[in-house]
Amino acid sequence: MSEIDVRAAAEPLDSIGLKAVAGAAAAALVLAAPFLASEYWINAIIVPFLILSLAGLGLNLLTGYAGQISLGAGAFMMVGAYATFSLQLRVPDLPLPLALVVAGIVAGAVGLAFGIPSTRIKGFYLIVSTLAAQFFFEWLFLKFPWFYNGNSSATISLSRGLSFFGLDLNHPHGRYYLTLGIVTLLTLLSFNLVRSQTGRNWMAIRDMDTAAAVIGVPIVRAKLQAFAVSSFILGIAGALWAFAYLGSASVQSFGLTRSYQILFIIIIGGLGTIRGAYLGAAFVSLLPLALDWLFQYVFSGRVDAGLLQNIQKAIFGILIVWFLIKEPEGLSRLLGLRRANGGRRSLFPSSLKEN
Amino acid sequence: MPMREDPLPALEVRNVSLSFKGVKAISDLTFQVERQEICALIGPNGAGKSSLLNILNGVYVPDSGEIVFEGEHFRRMHPLEAARRGIGRGFQNNALFSGMSVLDNVIAGLSRHSRATLVEEAFRLPRARGEERRFRERAHEVLRLFDLERHAATLVGTLPYGVQKKVEIARAIAAEPRLLLLDEPLAGMNAAEKQEIAAVIARLNTELKLTIVLIEHDIGIVLKLAHHVVVLDYGRKLADGPPEAIRDDPDVIAAYLGSEHAEIAA
Repeated sequence: MSEIDVRAAAEPLDSIGLKAVAGAAAAALVLAAPFLASEYWINAIIVPFLILSLAGLGLNLLTGYAGQISLGAGAFMMVGAYATFSLQLRVPDLPLPLALVVAGIVAGAVGLAFGIPSTRIKGFYLIVSTLAAQFFFEWLFLKFPWFYNGNSSATISLSRGLSFFGLDLNHPHGRYYLTLGIVTLLTLLSFNLVRSQTGRNWMAIRDMDTAAAVIGVPIVRAKLQAFAVSSFILGIAGALWAFAYLGSASVQSFGLTRSYQILFIIIIGGLGTIRGAYLGAAFVSLLPLALDWLFQYVFSGRVDAGLLQNIQKAIFGILIVWFLIKEPEGLSRLLGLRRANGGRRSLFPSSLKEN
Repeated sequence: MPMREDPLPALEVRNVSLSFKGVKAISDLTFQVERQEICALIGPNGAGKSSLLNILNGVYVPDSGEIVFEGEHFRRMHPLEAARRGIGRGFQNNALFSGMSVLDNVIAGLSRHSRATLVEEAFRLPRARGEERRFRERAHEVLRLFDLERHAATLVGTLPYGVQKKVEIARAIAAEPRLLLLDEPLAGMNAAEKQEIAAVIARLNTELKLTIVLIEHDIGIVLKLAHHVVVLDYGRKLADGPPEAIRDDPDVIAAYLGSEHAEIAA
């Protein structure tokens, strides 16, 4: 039974009505957000927050649920973005939503290929293998002009912009609703998946892989599925990052820093939870704003911008260390959103202690 | 499970040897387990009992010898193959999925019966929904059998050791195994819990007609519960026979019962 069911069962019935009202209010707020927030907030904060949440969700399926640590999130986002670009350029008849799905499938296939080593190695060694994906695709997409259509700046952008079956989405509201729609759909599908037998297989492998094999969990298949599904979602997140947020992207948009960022999002938000990706993404999106604000008011602009950026990074690093030590279950647990007596999630679960 | 008397034994271990980096764990071990019997493996620590169970469900690969399970010969088992053929397993130090609820742990044990595809699950298509419903029903049924219903939603890592042991057996039983391997199912339990689990094991054997191979140190319970006892010492078979014969075997008394368990033998 999933944590949601557990929580629902433990709650008195009369609070369910209240929950429905709160849910409806939240949904209304989310749908009306573009009319409540400024264009700057939508473009620079809300849209990237949603896309980072989606990327976090993708990585969380692999790392938080299936226990396979990956530093290749940026690479799979990159594959999704470049595949979308290629499809829009070379198969102009394919509508954007379908191009995104196909790009996701391409990223999923690439993820599956780079997941093959996970059937033999784990932990630190697997990190190296996913890191290889990161460096390989940075090289590949720069080396061959075909991937960026020989563009002089080696960047990719959609010449026809964003559209949804004829509906023009090249404005902040359009980008917001496109992103929101995709993120919501993929979140629902992920939610179904982690509550199904596949999700249980992933968690079983994460918690104790030898026992999982012995009770009949198809380890190899489940691990590869985790890589494929995770990369599928990351690929679509990458396409959104490139074309719904940045407008034009290059391999630098999906460098190792991006991979770290996505990993930090799920560590901070909470490994092995759906909401963890959202909490972590909110945190990394809002922290720079909060620090900017703080330094502006406290030091009234006397700290120069370069130093400020470095201070931000330092604070970020300290927070990561603090989370790893103090709260491996992340914000999700801190905010009391997880069951009170949850099992500890750790990046390196102990292996089977059985002789 | 066939109801007629089948002449074939459920399991045969033939000349199996295993060593770890040159150290012999099991040497040329041969014995057989009849259908629907409870076979107990006893012997001091390091006698190779757990290693043998690990060979039977494919965690370890023997150096030589073969396993015959229901008439089919295996040079080595693969864990997934063993599970698919119906070899269930309980571990010595509970190997449960600590981040999952008791119910989810038991449903995870049903994986080998899962047919729904990933896409069907993601979109909650009829086959995935039906399978989920059947799995839940089956898991609840098993939890009732073990009197674990009230813990269904509890995170398994938070439960006391004795209850976890029961969850582990429940998880193995859920998949309807034909042969159940249990590694010290009674270890770390108090007398009342031991009686309860022993009674459950006996019921699984009589009601579900399950063949059971178990490792247990509590000789009193072994002699009552088992139909057949195999005594191991330093990876060799010391004795093999019905409990009454084992109890009176002078070799066994000298090597095993004699020192630590003299009071039981006497």
